[in-house]
Amino acid sequence: MRAKPKTVLIADDDMDYLYQMKTKVEKLGFEVITADNQTEAELLINSFKPDLAIFDLMMENEDSGFILSYKIKRKYPDVPVIIATAVTAETGLSFDIHSEESKKWIKADLYLDKGIRSDQLQREIFKLLKV
Amino acid sequence: MEIIKLLIVDDEPGIRSGITRVLRDFSVSYPFMDEPCGFEITEACTGEEAIDSVNNNLPDIVLLDNKLPGIQGIEVLEYINRNHLDIVVVMITSYASLEIAVKATKNGAFDFIPKPFTPQELRSSMETITKQVYFRRITKKLNTAGKQIRFQFLSVLSHELKAPLNAIEGYLKMLQEKQFGDNVVDYNHIVDRSLERIKGMRSLIMDLLDLTKIESGTSTRNIVELNLINIAQTSIDTMKPFAIQRDVDLYLNSHNALLFKCDANEIEIIFNNLISNAIKYNKEGGRVDCFIKEKDDCYIISISDSGIGMTEEEMEKLFNDFVRIKNIKTKNISGSGLGLSIVKKIVDSYNGDVTVTSIPDKGSTFTITLPKN
Repeated sequence: MRAKPKTVLIADDDMDYLYQMKTKVEKLGFEVITADNQTEAELLINSFKPDLAIFDLMMENEDSGFILSYKIKRKYPDVPVIIATAVTAETGLSFDIHSEESKKWIKADLYLDKGIRSDQLQREIFKLLKV
Repeated sequence: MEIIKLLIVDDEPGIRSGITRVLRDFSVSYPFMDEPCGFEITEACTGEEAIDSVNNNLPDIVLLDNKLPGIQGIEVLEYINRNHLDIVVVMITSYASLEIAVKATKNGAFDFIPKPFTPQELRSSMETITKQVYFRRITKKLNTAGKQIRFQFLSVLSHELKAPLNAIEGYLKMLQEKQFGDNVVDYNHIVDRSLERIKGMRSLIMDLLDLTKIESGTSTRNIVELNLINIAQTSIDTMKPFAIQRDVDLYLNSHNALLFKCDANEIEIIFNNLISNAIKYNKEGGRVDCFIKEKDDCYIISISDSGIGMTEEEMEKLFNDFVRIKNIKTKNISGSGLGLSIVKKIVDSYNGDVTVTSIPDKGSTFTITLPKN
């Protein structure tokens, strides 16, 4: 009997990006649940535990992705979180997750550039889920 | 009270305490100042002490005696200018020879106060100098604020321009990787979405061009007397196909000619943006009503829709750059987030006013008041 597929929660307010990411992740054999804003993602987090989460950084708030990863880590500390962003290239803002100080409050496990290729995405997700 | 920091440099204690006494409770006020300017006074008795004081607590004004025991006043002035310190320096000296005057002016002294001076002479000099300091402060503030706004605008703009490019790029990659197999029909959705994003990007660029034209000033402005009703009618004709597509009816409810001195393009942008919003955020079978009236010395344009409306909170942010109201009802409506900010900028340039009233699920009314002159 095949095991139940793992579930990935994806939140992004750009419907096209959401669709593209959903398609890519589904192709890797996961079940995908989507939210197109921070509020909806928060509701979903409260109602079920995904195996992995991918959040866009800027949604209703410019740090929506951070807020979501903080909340999900508080509820389910073992769920890996990826923040998908192009924010550095776009705005000149830079959030360095490698410094000790930012690690303290930015709870994401990984940052991914939004233009990531499917095979790289697969490698990163499998690494985080230890498959 | 706005505080101006004043440093008095003189080796004669009598002069220092005299100036302090005169200026301690003195304040300068002009009609253009929000509040009067008062002085926070520090004293120094040598040039060396003056330089220390300048370095530790940067004053706005230095009243500087030239004849000092150690280094001379003029050397303190040179020090200030060499280090590009933002200080208005005024020389006080009884030995104001022509030579020193020329040298001091070359080194950027703002003014002279010849010794001896009466309290009244000192106060009137200080008024002029304070005005200078006040203008420098305001200019600095405006520059900083302007830079910040510009930076924010460019940040958001680059985000708004890149988002559609990223989306289209993503779709093209899916096509390239043949994500859905070899059948072209299976790619209809992603082609449609790509075209939709291109359309959105084009309208953003058009809005940006409008914005640039407005912000670059009057060079292309062509002010003539025009009938507002005709401009409204042109705009309604332009928007008609869009309205039909959305099943919304457009009504122009005023007919008497109303002549207004304006630039036709600008007023048309106002109508186009407000009417297209009224269609976009409407309901199927809804209506848009446009009224133009004359009241006292103003024209009043109002555009009402029977659409989705907004909450108080949403209304507050409405006229800023790149603001788009995001909720479940607006989810599938696209826009640049610049339309209303453009309307506001144009209306401002006519010294007019734009307001909005709205009831969620009932509709919104945008009202523009344009003074006739």
